Amino acid sequence: MKYILMMNIPKAGYAVFGAWSQTDIQANVAFLKGFNRKLGDSGEFVAAEGLALPDLAKVVRAGKDGVPITDGVFPESKEFLAGYLIVDVESAKRAYEIAAIWSAAPGPRGLPLNMPIEVRQVMSGAAGELP
Amino acid sequence: MKEILPDAVACHLLRELAPQVLGAVVRRFRDFAAAEDAVQDAMLAAFKQWPREGVPENPRGWLIQVASRRMTDQVRSEIARRQRETAVGRDVETMAPARDIDSDTDIDPDDTLILLFMCCHPALTSSSAIALMLRAVGGLTTAEIANAFLVPEATMAQRISRAKQSIQASGVPFRLPFPRERAERLPAVLHVLYLIFNEGYTSSIGTHLQRLDLAREAIRLTHCAKALLPDDAEVAGLLALMLLTDARRAARTGPDEELIPLDKQDRTLWDRAQISQGIALLTSVLSKGSVGPYRLQAAIAAVHDEALRAEDTDWPQIVALYELLKLVAPSPMVTLNHAIAAAMVHGPLKGLELLKTLDRDGRLAGHHRLEAARAHLLEMLGDHEAAVQHYRAAAGLTASLPERNYLMAQAARLAEATTTIPTQSPNIDC
Repeated sequence: MKYILMMNIPKAGYAVFGAWSQTDIQANVAFLKGFNRKLGDSGEFVAAEGLALPDLAKVVRAGKDGVPITDGVFPESKEFLAGYLIVDVESAKRAYEIAAIWSAAPGPRGLPLNMPIEVRQVMSGAAGELP
Repeated sequence: MKEILPDAVACHLLRELAPQVLGAVVRRFRDFAAAEDAVQDAMLAAFKQWPREGVPENPRGWLIQVASRRMTDQVRSEIARRQRETAVGRDVETMAPARDIDSDTDIDPDDTLILLFMCCHPALTSSSAIALMLRAVGGLTTAEIANAFLVPEATMAQRISRAKQSIQASGVPFRLPFPRERAERLPAVLHVLYLIFNEGYTSSIGTHLQRLDLAREAIRLTHCAKALLPDDAEVAGLLALMLLTDARRAARTGPDEELIPLDKQDRTLWDRAQISQGIALLTSVLSKGSVGPYRLQAAIAAVHDEALRAEDTDWPQIVALYELLKLVAPSPMVTLNHAIAAAMVHGPLKGLELLKTLDRDGRLAGHHRLEAARAHLLEMLGDHEAAVQHYRAAAGLTASLPERNYLMAQAARLAEATTTIPTQSPNIDC
């Protein structure tokens, strides 16, 4: 079963991130590197991407004749997707375990961030026969 | 004289030879994990070389030789590493095999069977067992297996490597399990084969045309298991079930890859030859010993396949078979299918009553199948409003895209019909 794990960071969190100490940033980066490697080793890793900061984000809609209308990110958006991870695991329970490990990534002073991770099942093309 | 073969033939030959070659290399070097890697290397070398230069006169011997050379190289570099670390020299020849390759005496017909059991070791998760089975017994490459499961190749390689480590750690010797052990482990082997088939059959929807046909691979492997275990009626039953189910493949989806339920399928698209094959196989083993779950499921599939029109389906027979299955291998899914079949014979109220036992059971609570079955029976009853609600609930609970589309379409069809034409024929499938 494949699950996507999405880390949403409150807009305020991004501003705070800039104020982390060098040691804290290094510890966080090292943690993520090890985290991804372990998922590769366990044969569960499918994909992972980190996203650029909200400063570069745009909201796009189709205008007249399908012409893209771009806007800056709306000020009312409270959270932004910081990154995602897709894993292929035996059970939902295992996906939650992985999410909890990611959530506890070290932040300032090495303390766990305990970020909320949204866990969603990825739809498959497989289908049984239905009544 | 070397024969030049097209890729598909070379591919088939390689896959057939893979478990025999692996058996020979494992028995010689007594290291299952390393031998399996070496055979994979030899297979990849053959994939490159054979289509271009022709198949060697003794393909099996060629593969054993290449794999053995890999093993020897590995042993040598391992010794070199140890020498660097400990400065103690050891003769390479004491670890590397000295005898010549004689592929014919190296072949033991039991090897493939040993590998079948090994890959279904109880220490493995089902996804690991499936991957290892496809590689070690099926002779598929890691890339092909990764592609079939839509995961990166490196991830699949790790999964296989870990599976082998677990087997190695369990200390299981490379020999056939003893008869009692064998009887205990056989259901696990059949289950893994069934899972491979199911993965292939249910995922045959979609535009993944380049994907490996796992249903075909499962049928091939089960054929092989049947040849190795000719006296086991359940192996034959499983093969019959696969053939009888796979025969309907062309009819189960429409032009937009939408799911078509059994009662709406164009039965002229069913593979009649394969159905006859499945029925003949099933008939030959049906009365052998006490009947098992695979033979019963195959029998149910056969009853469906024998009906030239949906309305000709012998539902009382299907109900009777599900009742037997409930005794032999009870599960909530069997109860659910039994309820749907019972509704076809005794009416929807009977079916709905049987579904109530599943509410109490709890294992299928919140499962889309239960909601879908209830929706279907409510529709039969004429309670369209409730049926629409349950179809929508089912759509919200499934993680399968084709199923969700199907369930949403059912809800929409019924909601529209309720406001225009009040009666619609129900859809039946099992």
